[in-house]
Amino acid sequence: MNNLFILLLLPVASAILLAFAKSSSTAKWIALVLSLVQVALTIPFLCAFIPDASVQFEQSFEWISSLNIRFHVGLDGISLPLVLLTNGLFPLIILSTFSRDYKHSFYALASFMQFGLLLVFTALDAFTFYVGWEAALIPIYFICALWGEGDRIRVNLKFFIYTFFGSLLMLIAILYLAQQTPNKDFEWASFAALEIGENAQRWLFWAFFIAFAIKIPVFPFHTWQPDTYTNAPTAGTMLLAGIMLKMGTYGVIRWLIPVIPFGTSVYGTVALVLCIIGIVYASIIAFKQQNAKRLIAYSSIAHVGLITAGIFAWNQDGLQGALLQMVNHGISVIGLFLVLDIIKSRTSTLNLSELGGLAYNMPKLAVFFVIIMMGAVGLPLTNGFVGEFLLLKSLYSIDIWYAVFAGLTLIFGAVYMLRLFQKSMLGVLDSKYVNVYDVRGTEIIVLSIVSALIILLGIFPNELLKLSEASVNQLIQSIKF
Amino acid sequence: MGAIITLSLLGILVLYLGLYKAKSLLLPVTMLGLLLALGFEIAAWNTGEAPIYNGMVLFDNFALAFSIVCIFITGLVLLLSKEYFSSISKNVAEYYCLILFSLSGALMVCSYHNFAMLFVGIEVMSVALYILVGIRKSDFSSNEAALKYFLMGAFSTGFLLFGITLLYGATGTFDITGVKNYLLSNPTTISPLFYGGILLLLVGLLFKIGAAPFHFWTPDVYDGAPILITTYMSTVVKVASFAGFIKLFSYVFAPLQDFWTPVLLVIIVVTLFIGNITAMKQTSFKRMLAYSSISHAGYMLFAIISLGANANSSILVYGLAYSLASVAAFAGLILVKRSHGSDQFIAFDGLGKTNPLLALVITVAMLSLAGIPLTAGFIGKFMLFSGAMADYHVILLVMAVINAAIGIFYYLRVVVHMYFYPSTVGQDTLVVPVSFNVVLIITLLLTVLVGVYPNCIISLL
Repeated sequence: MNNLFILLLLPVASAILLAFAKSSSTAKWIALVLSLVQVALTIPFLCAFIPDASVQFEQSFEWISSLNIRFHVGLDGISLPLVLLTNGLFPLIILSTFSRDYKHSFYALASFMQFGLLLVFTALDAFTFYVGWEAALIPIYFICALWGEGDRIRVNLKFFIYTFFGSLLMLIAILYLAQQTPNKDFEWASFAALEIGENAQRWLFWAFFIAFAIKIPVFPFHTWQPDTYTNAPTAGTMLLAGIMLKMGTYGVIRWLIPVIPFGTSVYGTVALVLCIIGIVYASIIAFKQQNAKRLIAYSSIAHVGLITAGIFAWNQDGLQGALLQMVNHGISVIGLFLVLDIIKSRTSTLNLSELGGLAYNMPKLAVFFVIIMMGAVGLPLTNGFVGEFLLLKSLYSIDIWYAVFAGLTLIFGAVYMLRLFQKSMLGVLDSKYVNVYDVRGTEIIVLSIVSALIILLGIFPNELLKLSEASVNQLIQSIKF
Repeated sequence: MGAIITLSLLGILVLYLGLYKAKSLLLPVTMLGLLLALGFEIAAWNTGEAPIYNGMVLFDNFALAFSIVCIFITGLVLLLSKEYFSSISKNVAEYYCLILFSLSGALMVCSYHNFAMLFVGIEVMSVALYILVGIRKSDFSSNEAALKYFLMGAFSTGFLLFGITLLYGATGTFDITGVKNYLLSNPTTISPLFYGGILLLLVGLLFKIGAAPFHFWTPDVYDGAPILITTYMSTVVKVASFAGFIKLFSYVFAPLQDFWTPVLLVIIVVTLFIGNITAMKQTSFKRMLAYSSISHAGYMLFAIISLGANANSSILVYGLAYSLASVAAFAGLILVKRSHGSDQFIAFDGLGKTNPLLALVITVAMLSLAGIPLTAGFIGKFMLFSGAMADYHVILLVMAVINAAIGIFYYLRVVVHMYFYPSTVGQDTLVVPVSFNVVLIITLLLTVLVGVYPNCIISLL
């Protein structure tokens, strides 16, 4: 049962099935069951995966023969953690919508997005990659604009045009690279084997980097992100922050640095500095936020800034830390957004100045919140610690000042997260909120799984690190600046 | 050849049916005739190697593929006509007959092998259209559109004819192989008349496809004409004109590429920007489609400057994708206009709730026009862009990319209105006839099929 094609096809089939579902309550259950089936289908890959540097479970079909385009997918140690993340988080996201009101079309769009994401993480052909890249964008646009709130139409149009423009730049770069390959094909292997002229590499770097930087987002390409996150429905924010932004960081690892090494050696430092500016900048802004969701949105910019900085450091610790932290960040951020969603459903506000003392009535939520927050802040024995430690270590090995400034993310993170916790959970309970009730039902299930994962990955990060070790090592050996 | 004869005779037959008041037979007979023509074309597949009738026409696979697309799209357009024509005019037979005549002209443009045939084809195609555009005699904008189209069309025909004359003056032949041989045998001593001829021909053809700066007739004519005629003009006529265009430039004028490429480059950039920026400002869906058709002409011209191995198939795919999306969009427009009486974007408010299928088809059509993967439009754009990349027109591609991003803005606008705004007209009165549903589903399926598995079309050429 380890045919990658089936793994990619099931979400499409689910999307079509769900689009025809009669009522939203049946759609919820179908979506949950199918996403669990998808998890079950993922397990054989994890068991059969040999943690060496090779690409496994390859599937390659002719797609557009006159342009030498193949549908080529495969898994290695770099893509496997992200496939696990995607398939693992989907049931949680769907479960978190159970106590909310979503229509069947939401589940159809989400499943289709899952297909796009998996295609991005497994693609070994640039055309396949690009198709997945865009296929993930369309559904999330509709999810955010249909079920969002506030100024959702304008905000999401900005998001869409912004990212679409970035991807078109990448498309030009892909076309250019394909033109350089001996067979005029789009395979990752032939792209990576290319020796492109130095001048071309300069603009190619920016064409790829801007596309990925918009998606991640890296300062100063982040302006779409806080508005989009804040106005999106919670499930949409989870999809965006939990999984989708990893497309950008994955793209940097897979398509930017190996294909354009010279460009990276010239401009990689600029990119690294941008990431670090973003870390400090977003952390300071996060501290100032009154809206809790906006606060998490900015904190997310800081966290992925650190991940991207680690990637551009381009050493074993940096890459492995980045991969681990991508998974960790996905888990933590989903937990955080769910906590906020629960608070909002009870108090109908996320304004920190109006909240306070919720822990009196919601003791269970407070416990979960503490665990998830510790994970996000990076306290030892939680998942965030190992990843951030590796990332900072890799930055330290390049230059101590990078590590100093990037390390601010830990301190700032602790400050604004504790402020968030204090303002919402502690203090005097407002008389308005005397009757709020604690977490229950599916909310407990999701929060328990998230908290368990946070602690489990904090204590045993090695299992995950082992998966990527050989592949990362080989990639770093093959590309020297 | 069978198809052209069938269609011409069919036109006359339809006229007689109208004379004997057999209105209910019009559509079935026309559709049967189109099927017959389609059959002739498919039967002729892979048989035509040499031009026939003294070198007048050539039915190679290139001509046949474009003819099949033209006939197929005309069939879809006519399927939409069931109640449409009778609602705007008493003499329904005229419509069918004129569209069939125009279609036979389009087939000649796809399959000409002699400048005389190119001219005759373009004229047969256009003259029928002049009448069709102005067929709502009492409607002011329809009259204006017809007059504008006729004057501009006549003007461009003059350019075309003058260009052909100059080429004849330089080479002494109307046969396109003859002209090509002249170019090949005199690579250094080409008469100045020849260059002038190319430029005038270019002007004439650019008029027909509606590229800037010869686009001024398009918005008013597309807006003023009855919606179905606009659909026909912006799809079949455009595909046929491009077939004629690329045949001329890839087969005959290719050796002089250095001469006309700079001219076309400027025209493409201007066309893209004018089409997209003006489309962005429209509040009417119909006018938006008219301006966007200008920008699509700009994208399709990419194939002519690159002339690579895939140029023909990329025009075919793009033309098919664009036509399918346009037919779907215009079909939606007809339905919305019929129930709400308006072709503004706000008339589409709430369509996603009241009529999910129609909204879905329009959405996919818009995504295809915008060039989003897994739709046919993306494959078309991808092929055109990769052709342009083969000649390293990187700056041009950056321009195209900026325009594609602008395009998203107005294509998504109708989607935004359909899904994100509540319906303004309380109870919905929009009824979708069966024939519309058939057309909508065919366009949806084909758009996705070509988008997912483009080999089925590309391998034809």
